[in-house]
Amino acid sequence: MSDNSNSFVRHEMLSERAPPIGERGVLKWARENLFSSVFNTIMTIASVWVIYSIAVGAAPWFFNGVWNAKTTRECYEILDGVNGACFAVLQERFPQLIYGFKYPSTEYWRPNLATILLLVALAPVLFRRLPKGLLGFSVIYPFLAYWLIWGGTILIPTVAFVGCCIGVACYRKFSSGAFVTAIILGLFSAYLCWFLGGYLISWNNDFLSLKEVPSRDMGGFMLNLLLGTIAVSLSIPLGITLALGRQSNMPIIKWICVVFIEFIRGVPLITLLFVANVILAFFFPPETSIDLILRVIIMMTFFNSAYIAEVVRGGLAALPSGQYEAANSLGLDYSQSMRFIILPQALKISIPGIVNVSVGMLKDTTLVSIISMFDLVGMIRGPILSSTDWNGVYWELFGAAAAIFFVVCFTVSKYSQWLERQLETGKH
Amino acid sequence: MNTSQISRRDNFQLSMLLNDKRYRSYTFQLFALIVLICIMAYLGKNLLENLAAAGLNISYNFLGEASGYDINQRLIEYDSQSTHLRAAFVGVLNTLLVAFLGCIMATIFGVTAGILRLSNNWIVAKLMMIYVEIFRNVPVLIWILIIHSVFLTILPQPKAFRGENPEASMLWDAFAFTGRGIYTPKPIFYDGSSIVIATFILSIIGIFVFRSYARKKLYGTGQLIETRWTSVAIFFIPTLLVYFIMGNPIGLEYPELKGFNFKGGIYARGSLISLWFALSIYTGAFIAEVVRAGIQSVDQGQSEAAGALGLRSNLVMNLVILPQALRVIVPPLISFYLNITKNSSLALAVGYMDITGTLGGITLNQTGRAIEAVLLLMLFYLVISLSISAIMNVYNRSIMLKER
Repeated sequence: MSDNSNSFVRHEMLSERAPPIGERGVLKWARENLFSSVFNTIMTIASVWVIYSIAVGAAPWFFNGVWNAKTTRECYEILDGVNGACFAVLQERFPQLIYGFKYPSTEYWRPNLATILLLVALAPVLFRRLPKGLLGFSVIYPFLAYWLIWGGTILIPTVAFVGCCIGVACYRKFSSGAFVTAIILGLFSAYLCWFLGGYLISWNNDFLSLKEVPSRDMGGFMLNLLLGTIAVSLSIPLGITLALGRQSNMPIIKWICVVFIEFIRGVPLITLLFVANVILAFFFPPETSIDLILRVIIMMTFFNSAYIAEVVRGGLAALPSGQYEAANSLGLDYSQSMRFIILPQALKISIPGIVNVSVGMLKDTTLVSIISMFDLVGMIRGPILSSTDWNGVYWELFGAAAAIFFVVCFTVSKYSQWLERQLETGKH
Repeated sequence: MNTSQISRRDNFQLSMLLNDKRYRSYTFQLFALIVLICIMAYLGKNLLENLAAAGLNISYNFLGEASGYDINQRLIEYDSQSTHLRAAFVGVLNTLLVAFLGCIMATIFGVTAGILRLSNNWIVAKLMMIYVEIFRNVPVLIWILIIHSVFLTILPQPKAFRGENPEASMLWDAFAFTGRGIYTPKPIFYDGSSIVIATFILSIIGIFVFRSYARKKLYGTGQLIETRWTSVAIFFIPTLLVYFIMGNPIGLEYPELKGFNFKGGIYARGSLISLWFALSIYTGAFIAEVVRAGIQSVDQGQSEAAGALGLRSNLVMNLVILPQALRVIVPPLISFYLNITKNSSLALAVGYMDITGTLGGITLNQTGRAIEAVLLLMLFYLVISLSISAIMNVYNRSIMLKER
């Protein structure tokens, strides 16, 4: 028998000892992420120096900023030699930056309301969790927005909307029969409705009328948003059509689409804007006069749709051919297989691309300032910087413009990344 | 067997043009063609009517007339007596110049930022992320204008270089950075310089020949020849020898302050510099994303396998990772080069005289020949893009995975 009385057996585990100070917390993190090697240390010091010098340069300029002044000179007097920004210009010219310098100031609530409603109308499209009933509002929205922004009697958009509804209803009713007959009947009934509506409008011109604002009075960031939204929303269906046309096995249709896409993609947007500015008017009948904003929208839609077509084509090409074959073997015809099998998958793949292209389009709307339209950049370069009051306030103005665009574009691209994660169905 | 039943031809009926799949596509195409022709005819008719009403015609004679305006940044001889065609040509060269410089600089920015974004140094990676997000989400036109005003305000005016105790001084007495532009020394070629240049070109060819010889030897016999230092020697020694033997035939002309401005040397206008810098830093942000995605697309197992084979880390990068990453990186990279070329048309905003500024700007306004000028402008950009995409297709075919 062994004698256990002298031996000691530990009954409880010792608690863990804390790791050495260099192996935990901030120190460990810093050692691994900032100072893991000589080169890394140099990089860290260099970046800290960059951040420091930017902060030292910008902070006093930003925090000494003057928010209340009437002119640049007054700004400098308030600053009294201190390095500081002159943000007063943003405050004084805020309406100009946002709405342009001609939009009547009593009517600013209209574009504001239209923007808020735009978010409401976009919500059911962007977030699938929301009730589908809201989509009805999205359909009405374009007509409502037209009435809000351009003004005039509410009868014009109403007649347009009713015409569209009647056309679609007519098409639906006859679409079980011959396709061509249904299309022709739909178009005819819509046209008939618009034609009769024309009499109604000319008979009662002031019914629920808002003050009319001509297109050339639009400006500022509102114009950027307007051009971007309209061009993007028109160019998505057109781009999908072009992509399908390019994939088609009918040679004539394919070549029409290829030539259109490659031509548009081959030239810079600015040349297309030149076309809108000086040439496009030559192609319309002599008696018509189509205003510049509409011509620009036409060219921007063409431009964006060519790029969207390429994105969608990439999505179509990425689908395995088994999907096409499966659709065929189910006996679906072309439009059915596209609607139910191919496009839902192809568009899902192309969403990030479409969003990228659309953000690019919104950014490119600033180019209209070169053909002397007064969008956000055009307002800054034109009326504001050339005024005697605000001479030489480059940084504050362009910084503000950059900030506005950054907020909008960054939000949209974050949304697209979120949507990509949502749509991931996985392999199982 | 009743085979005749199968090969029986249907009697053709007119309704089959719409309802039979075999003929329907012809109907559609014919319809599309007719619609297209009608639209074209309608637009053409409107154009002719409008031109007749305005008393205009389509004529390219204006290209031969004297332009009557001056271009301050030019690569070839040009004055206000030169023709509009020559002005357009100056513009073409200016476009190509800024596009070429921009492509090089954007690649440098983009590759650096893309690699640094993957760095395990937290602060560097975050800094690069901020750079990429800020530049990608703000219009390029705003960047061009901001950078232009930065150069105008930060860099000193030439008059700051004057006097006994100037506020600004030249870098090594050779480079002057002013708000009006950058002045650099200009090489001057005296007699005999052609021999030096020929030697230089020959020695570069020599390096390639030597390297391919060394590779052939390595693959053939397994014998490793030292190439790095030999290449450096071939690069420098013959050229320097000939340079001194010929008696220093290439000199430098330094820019000098004369009166209110610098004279001599190469002068790059501020508009060129700011456009160049803005385009490259903007496109660099996009290239950084492409480079990052390309490197991340190479499977981790590839570098582990290469390590298991005993390759050193630089060889892993050169022989295993890069060739696979480049397959993902190069096609979008080339389309970004194309974008730089197209975006260089924004030169108009800072007054740099590229093709859009000459042909699509002053020439258009002076002659009023809008249709002709814009058509030529589009044709130029179209030719450039189509040739670049042709090159890209050839490249894509050459790097396509060879599946067996």
